[in-house]
Amino acid sequence: MAEEVKVMGMWISPFSRRVELALKLKGVSYEYIEEDLANKSPLLLKYNPIHKKIPVLLHNEKIFIESTVILEYIDETWEGYSLLPEDPYQRAMARFWVKFIDEKCGTAVWIACWSEGKDQEKAMEEAWEHLRTLENELKGKKFFGGETIGLVDIAANLIALWFGIFEEVAGIKLLDEEKLPILCRWIEQFLSCDLVKESLPPRDELLMFFQARKEAITASKSMVYKI
Amino acid sequence: MEEKEEELKLLGTKLSPFSWRIIWVLKLKGIEYDFIEEDLRNKSQLLLSSNPVHKKVPVLIHGGKAIPESIIILLYIEETWLKNPILPNDPYERSQALFWAKFADEKFLPEIEMAFSSTGDDQVKAVELATAALEVLEGEIKGKRFFGGDRIGFVDVVVGWIAYWLEMVEEAACFKVSNSKKFPSLHSWMNNFLEVTVIRENLPSPDDLRIFFHDLRQVKCDSLTQEIK
Repeated sequence: MAEEVKVMGMWISPFSRRVELALKLKGVSYEYIEEDLANKSPLLLKYNPIHKKIPVLLHNEKIFIESTVILEYIDETWEGYSLLPEDPYQRAMARFWVKFIDEKCGTAVWIACWSEGKDQEKAMEEAWEHLRTLENELKGKKFFGGETIGLVDIAANLIALWFGIFEEVAGIKLLDEEKLPILCRWIEQFLSCDLVKESLPPRDELLMFFQARKEAITASKSMVYKI
Repeated sequence: MEEKEEELKLLGTKLSPFSWRIIWVLKLKGIEYDFIEEDLRNKSQLLLSSNPVHKKVPVLIHGGKAIPESIIILLYIEETWLKNPILPNDPYERSQALFWAKFADEKFLPEIEMAFSSTGDDQVKAVELATAALEVLEGEIKGKRFFGGDRIGFVDVVVGWIAYWLEMVEEAACFKVSNSKKFPSLHSWMNNFLEVTVIRENLPSPDDLRIFFHDLRQVKCDSLTQEIK
């Protein structure tokens, strides 16, 4: 029986892109369905009626939501490439850093980009502090996962591409090579991987998307990227 | 010596539901551990070195290795001590459990924290959002004895605070979300949960909790008043 694997996502979403990268690393073929959250499709409402969010993973008619939960499912379902280490302590550490990236780094960078004046200065300091803490995890390693990309690297796609876009649109510099040399090196390494390149949207198009929405984002200060 | 027999310590506070999540699971699995009560106004060196990033409890220290963050600790315990699993075997069911735990912690809990820490319109808004999230949880528990099915599981342990702490939080801050008429299935679940022996025998003193939340609410209100000044 052929496996049915579908991913519902948005081309601009780092969260659905995480799911795509994980599937590619596992060598799993999937059908991608682009969703317009401003105009939710009957399919999305059918598969995720309560939360109406992407990404959604469909595997043999079972539905999976929330990118980090989906990543864990993908890792335990398909053999071959491991996203998480075997050792329970190492797994705990990987989960810790994924949470740190989303909750601490993501929030701080978002606020730093879209606030102004003293608030922005404060937020930028906080963002640097968090990014420096994260950077420490890379010392002596090629990737967060060691020699190969792992769960934390996948979750850090947010940092590798989206943070650079946000800061460019906002006109600030957070991912400074002098301040965060190891993290910047990791970004280069990560973005140079073929499967990563395949799993990411074109940078210039993503930049245009956020540039067009800069005013709306600044006004609302909503976490619009947390679709 | 087997890895699993290594020294196990839990740094926590007896008033915090996050510490009790860990205690409940350790007891359900029959795992021996030492509990170290932390004074959060005067954090120990052990805590600061075990969780340097967040400096928060709970932290589990197993054979010298420190694991912070309650959900991450629960998963670590589940993966290290395989007896009496709290997560379902089936990957889809397991994924559902992880989802609901995340939902409760990210959509309901922060709104209750906000409602507790605010007044006026801010509190009203937080109560609205908390109620909406609770409605979703009500839908999920409907027709089930526990979130875990016939026995308590991961989700029950994660949302267990709703069955015991929530009422006292609401009382202290004068708001009400968990209306039993509006949430009958959740209220049944609360009774079922508190009747489980391991839970019933492992809860903090309600008086201590009431005093704690009353005092904390006072502190919050004072600081809000100062902000306005």
